[in-house]
Amino acid sequence: MLSVETHPTLADAARAMGDRRRYMGGGTLVMRDANYGAPAFDAILRTTDPALGEVRREGDGLFVGAGVTMARIMAAPELSFLAPAARAVGGPAVRNMATLGGNLFAPAPYGDLATALLALDARVRMVDGGEQDMERFLAGRDRTGLVAGVSLTPPERDAFRFLKVSRVKPKGVSVLSIAACLPRPAGRLAGARIAFGAMGPTPLRAKRAEAALEGARLDAEGIAPALAVAAEGLAPADDAIASAWYRREVAPVHLGRLLLEGEPAQ
Amino acid sequence: MSKTPVTFTHNGAETAVFVDGGANLLDVLRRGVGDLSPKYGCGQGTCGACTVLIDGAPHLACLVLAEAAAGRRIETTAGLQTGPEPHPLQRHFMEGFAAQCGYCTPGMLMAAKALLDASPNPSREQVIEAISGNLCRCTGYEPIVDAILAAAAEMRGRVA
Repeated sequence: MLSVETHPTLADAARAMGDRRRYMGGGTLVMRDANYGAPAFDAILRTTDPALGEVRREGDGLFVGAGVTMARIMAAPELSFLAPAARAVGGPAVRNMATLGGNLFAPAPYGDLATALLALDARVRMVDGGEQDMERFLAGRDRTGLVAGVSLTPPERDAFRFLKVSRVKPKGVSVLSIAACLPRPAGRLAGARIAFGAMGPTPLRAKRAEAALEGARLDAEGIAPALAVAAEGLAPADDAIASAWYRREVAPVHLGRLLLEGEPAQ
Repeated sequence: MSKTPVTFTHNGAETAVFVDGGANLLDVLRRGVGDLSPKYGCGQGTCGACTVLIDGAPHLACLVLAEAAAGRRIETTAGLQTGPEPHPLQRHFMEGFAAQCGYCTPGMLMAAKALLDASPNPSREQVIEAISGNLCRCTGYEPIVDAILAAAAEMRGRVA
């Protein structure tokens, strides 16, 4: 039998963390482990801290609490740019439970929302108030502390795109997911960020593709160099959904479709 | 290790149970409360057979920590029929052959009820989306979608 501790604040829960103690957000990851017996933890820690459910403006940006669910993201007008990624997570029941904070820790091929947050250059706010960028957080998430939420700047209109590729519609696990932030201040791309989900142990940026898009136009000719290097630096795995080989083969195809989505035909 | 008392509303009735640490709501409903209508399918959030409504919204009972259900309003298929007649969803599932082995049916019914409570006149696409987290390996889904749409039409007629 496991022990369960419910703490009034996230800071209290953080102080109570330790070996073989696991923090639980929405439960979709932790309870799965608990149900299958012999979990790698003896205690489940949770909190009723209302701050985790907050969505609020902070200067020009937004703060989204770690306890905000996918369903809540889909319903919040100020988070409409994140709605396609939140909708990509599970079915309606899962989306009523799964939280932003949990998605940051979801192992591949899960983590569609985290992929979107990586492309958006979100910053992860830890329980002590310190922040780190998504890339650094994801690289060290196995040995990090508790997360309070993320802060992010909403993308310019139509500058953010998200695509999930799955074999089952409308709900299926990712073959891969792609999020792209595509600023075009003078008609050409500047500082584009491309993130892939299910193409590595955590969501990863396609940095070679990003570099190849610098100064490019969003047309077939402009994106061709980026597609040629789309999967470089990524590390997809074989799993029940797709082989690593297949993921590498189709990644440039789907990236191309996402980049040209809504662009005038040549 | 001691058990923890948890109280919640189960199909309209105040209910108190003692739960083991780490127990999920599905186990508590089936073994503690004796409501066998939500089913154990996968235990990992894939199949939807354990779908119940918590405060009106569909949740997977197998992934809900029992303690987290304290003070909440739980609805299961066992509470769908409130009078002598089956709920319209139940009857249209029967009449439309929307159940074969029946194992997914309680989860399908609760996912459908959540949809119709929020959207009395859903499109076919909305129905498909609403049951997208519920697996059926028998019917091929079309009779289920048809049954939900037929129940919705009947329920709208009653209100009108």
